[in-house]
Amino acid sequence: MAVINQFSLNIPARSANESFARAAVSAFAAQLDPTLEEISDIKTAVSEAVTNCIVHAYGEGAGKIYINACITDAGEIRIKIRDNGCGIENIDRAMEPLYTTVGGERAGLGFAVMQSFMDDIKVRSAVGKGTQVVLVKRIKPRYTVNG
Amino acid sequence: MAVEINVTGEVVTAFLSGELDHHSARFMREAIDGAVELNMPTLLILDFEGISFMDSSGIGLVMGRYRNLSKTGAQMHITGTSPQIYKVFKLAGIERLAKLEDSMKYRGK
Repeated sequence: MAVINQFSLNIPARSANESFARAAVSAFAAQLDPTLEEISDIKTAVSEAVTNCIVHAYGEGAGKIYINACITDAGEIRIKIRDNGCGIENIDRAMEPLYTTVGGERAGLGFAVMQSFMDDIKVRSAVGKGTQVVLVKRIKPRYTVNG
Repeated sequence: MAVEINVTGEVVTAFLSGELDHHSARFMREAIDGAVELNMPTLLILDFEGISFMDSSGIGLVMGRYRNLSKTGAQMHITGTSPQIYKVFKLAGIERLAKLEDSMKYRGK
């Protein structure tokens, strides 16, 4: 499996950038000719991962979000979203549906959305160092019948 | 992003538009809560037809409004959900909290 295209983006962890980040990744993913549903799935999952960096990673402080996405010759898009923030102490618990450390208006479903809308998700985290989420979506080839 | 409020008798309808994410949810929440506090409706309708994108922040928005409304026994309906929005709501089981009219039914009206 070879990488045929890739891009990197680093942005300040500000909520105004949530929309920009998901739009950038979905525009890149368009090269794989995804369906509307596939593109929506990618957009939603990226939005969740980026929002996690903004809500959790840096607290009130400033920090950056590093996004790297690549397309492979197997028709896959792999999106790496990383921060240098506080890290997650217990990843299994953080990924449980409805678990949230901030409460209130956050539903605690960010990871549940990522898991359900993508084909694969890997989370690595170190307390005090940061968190990295890798999201993978396989775009099914579409064939058109001519004539 | 915008919220347009319509009040008819005891029904408050909030027409939401734009993208609903963590960034825009606060503004929408304040507009809806302001209208609910002022009008004390027995039914709150959240209309998502103008929403072009929604992530789990939309679930938080609905769950938060549901919690507030349940104190007064008011009901909540959700209308105008696109397939993308419907998929996010289904994941959270929102239909247990609010009457969820699917997009096909809504558009057929």
